[in-house]
Amino acid sequence: MTVEYEPVIGLEIHVQLSTRTKMFCGCELSFGEPPNTRTCPVCLGLPGTLPRANAQAIHYGLMIGLALGSDLAPRSIFHRKNYFYPDLPKGYQISQYDEPLCTGGRLGDVRIHRVHLEEDAAKLVHAGSSGRIHGSDASVVDFNRGGTPLAEIVTEPDVRSAAQAREWLTLLRTTLRRLGVSDVNMEEGSLRCDANISIRPVGSAQLGTKTELKNMNSFRFLERGVNAEIARQQALLFAGEPVVQETLHFDPATERITSLRSKEEAHDYRYFPEPDLVPVAISDAMLAAAHADMPELPAAREERLQGLGLSAASARQLAWRTELGDYFEAALASDGAEAQPLANWICNELVARVGEQDPASSNVSPDALARLVALVGDKAVTVGNAKLVLDRLVDAGGDPAAIVAAEGLGALDGGADELEPIVDAALAANADAAAKIRAGNMKAIGAIIGHVMRETKGRADGGEVTRIVRERLGV
Amino acid sequence: MTSDMTALTAAEAVGASERGDLDAGELFEAYRAAAAAEDLNAYLWVAEEAPAQAPAAGAPLAGVPLAVKDLFCTEGVPSQAGSKILEGYRPPYTASVVARLAQAGAPLLGKTNQDEFAMGSSNENSAFGAVLNPWDRTRVPGGSSGGSAAAVAAGSAPWALGTDTGGSIRQPAALCGIVGLKPTYGTVSRYGMIAFASSLDQAGPLTRDVTDAALLLSHMVGKDERDSTSIGFPGTIERPSATSLKGIRLGVPEELSGEGAGIEPGVLAAFDATLKLAEELGASIHTCHLPHAPHALSAYYVLAPAEASSNLARYDGVRYGLRVEDGGLVGMYTKTRSQGFGTEVKRRIMLGTYSLSSGYYDAYYGRAQRVRTKIADDFRTAFDAFHFVVTPTSPSVAFELGSKIADPFSMYVNDYCTVPMSLAGIPAISIPNGLSEGLPTGFQLAGPAFSENRILDAAFALERAIGFDGSAGRTP
Repeated sequence: MTVEYEPVIGLEIHVQLSTRTKMFCGCELSFGEPPNTRTCPVCLGLPGTLPRANAQAIHYGLMIGLALGSDLAPRSIFHRKNYFYPDLPKGYQISQYDEPLCTGGRLGDVRIHRVHLEEDAAKLVHAGSSGRIHGSDASVVDFNRGGTPLAEIVTEPDVRSAAQAREWLTLLRTTLRRLGVSDVNMEEGSLRCDANISIRPVGSAQLGTKTELKNMNSFRFLERGVNAEIARQQALLFAGEPVVQETLHFDPATERITSLRSKEEAHDYRYFPEPDLVPVAISDAMLAAAHADMPELPAAREERLQGLGLSAASARQLAWRTELGDYFEAALASDGAEAQPLANWICNELVARVGEQDPASSNVSPDALARLVALVGDKAVTVGNAKLVLDRLVDAGGDPAAIVAAEGLGALDGGADELEPIVDAALAANADAAAKIRAGNMKAIGAIIGHVMRETKGRADGGEVTRIVRERLGV
Repeated sequence: MTSDMTALTAAEAVGASERGDLDAGELFEAYRAAAAAEDLNAYLWVAEEAPAQAPAAGAPLAGVPLAVKDLFCTEGVPSQAGSKILEGYRPPYTASVVARLAQAGAPLLGKTNQDEFAMGSSNENSAFGAVLNPWDRTRVPGGSSGGSAAAVAAGSAPWALGTDTGGSIRQPAALCGIVGLKPTYGTVSRYGMIAFASSLDQAGPLTRDVTDAALLLSHMVGKDERDSTSIGFPGTIERPSATSLKGIRLGVPEELSGEGAGIEPGVLAAFDATLKLAEELGASIHTCHLPHAPHALSAYYVLAPAEASSNLARYDGVRYGLRVEDGGLVGMYTKTRSQGFGTEVKRRIMLGTYSLSSGYYDAYYGRAQRVRTKIADDFRTAFDAFHFVVTPTSPSVAFELGSKIADPFSMYVNDYCTVPMSLAGIPAISIPNGLSEGLPTGFQLAGPAFSENRILDAAFALERAIGFDGSAGRTP
């Protein structure tokens, strides 16, 4: 009998907040400045210094809580999380423990456990071959990053696959970007994701032993890492060996998973309330300010776009990529284009041409794209030729109608009378294909259409050509 | 008037300077010379010269110099908290309260010796050697602000800054025959004070008399945006002037002065004599109860070490202070901290680490916090009925060097009468109220939060009535 396992995954996401200054001091955040130039006695943890909580970080934390539908604590407190490491100048991290800023909530299909604020550690650079502290010749510390505000978002174990984890993290990233509270760049470390992973027999309500997988620094590596860990756990269970609770490190280069520390080696962080800070009391004014700064969020936008008649897939694609959604809405605002074809042109043709770039910064203005789509809708230009026009727009911008006129790309407008002789000629020139069509092989029609398109420079309507062929051949 | 200058109290010196009878530069030099020459080991650093700039015209403290406990950070000047792990450490910034006082016209005279990281009641825990009591050089000055107390008592400083976590200003003031005041928690900024126990540490003055304490404190208090826990003082600290205690109700807590409190007979006799004087001044004396006060010391020795174990984690050899190399990271940590910290500091780090550990937190730290709340409630109840709570400051007079250092508990008991006020965050003053066996005793007067002005007034009236002669401490 084979047992089928299902993964149970919870995510812990660290988000660097894009505040002006650090979490507990007045140093401005660092963006690649020379090492140790964005520091002060406070973020260096010098003797006698004291922290001050950053009001903007708390504001951002509240906005995140509102976006996730969390309960916002009227009073929350900071705790000290104690452990020794060279990137932690005070010997403790100021974080939150049993009274976090936000509790509960949901984003998409995943429930939120909590959101709390804390300070980032400094950056260690290890000289020597290994790139890790063990076995390195020397390590140096750059405290520029130390003290950067972080929001830690912890989900409930509601994720059931690596693909779902990736998709959900994409939604979270879009939501945070939309809030404007973070750069949310995984490669640069402003969005970091750890996963708690266990597997259990399908149908079982009991959770298996979980492991914590760290260091998946891109969406691709998140999916690969989680899949690798699921596979590793399944292999263990199939071999009759237990999964051991431990913290694991995913190496993106080799995709290997290695143990960082076992449960026995886990730190005892000796949390206790930070006596150098007073509790955070959320006032009505702070709540009102957070509400006032809330933009429309991707989930709400997705719903609204569906209400415009877009398919679920298009609505999601436009809502989850904020810049595509903004481009779509700008294009829709100019007259003429139907919502769904416009969405298709943006999500398929335009994205294929401009890639990850924000289309608003391309040569194609939303207005121009809307007019091009309208031309297609009016059958003034064929889909094929419209793609050529789009190529021109991407290259140099301009007005679609002018390009159509200048390059003679307008659709044949003489109707069937103009098209029928051309189709007849094509059938005569492709007798083999005509015979196959007559025998029921409609795939052979491609040769006929291709012939007509060559003759008309793509100006013929493919659907019309098909209709005439069927009529002539009686199929 | 060079020879007489250092005989003036600080307030007298300010007055003389304002009248033009005293030159601030000469006064600084007189004290600088006295501090450099003193042989009590009270100073760890003495200024080499008077500040380049004379005090600003009209600066209220008129250039009267200030001795500062080692643990206050002073820019470019050694700030070692009495510890080998910070030996030679010169901070890049100055503590808010020291900067505030310098601004008011009290330049830095020297840094005074102390128990390492303010942990101790005898000053014997300094990495830089014990301080001697100027009344009897075979005895301790008390601690942890022992250097500050000895310097003021001996006359090598007009006044000094100390810090009090469980009695570290009041107890050495009592043992050295001077005045020491622990203000309400939060009235004086902690920014730049090298931390022992953050929720208890508070800076305060050590002075020759109550007037000086009021004058110095008046320029210390104030909200500091660098310290989130600072709240400042509502109003100003006034110069005390009361001559009577008419209508004042004094509560004498059975738990801190009766049988079982372990007060030496001589100390108790001085205490009773002061109560009689208080009655003569018009006060009424009542027995009161602080039912949880006997547990204060136990709660304190959970909470303070817990915070200390975390506060002292930053001394890891990575960025500043002592580093003892040992190949790897953990070895470096271990050797640096083993060699850098003294026995008492290590003991408290161990205690604190233990009580915060998973599985013990509720039984120790959580429970101690609840005791702390009860003690604060006890005081609130007492202050509903009485203006002040009074006790002997220290159960004993200054004890002999080396006599208690091997027995931590007998040392901790020194703070039996001062720790409850620290846990409650309330202000308390110690004034000298007599001699026992030829050594000073202290009288402690505690009031509700922010009652500093009333405390100073009552202490001022008592001081006059007591007429304590501190000159024996100032005889070289």
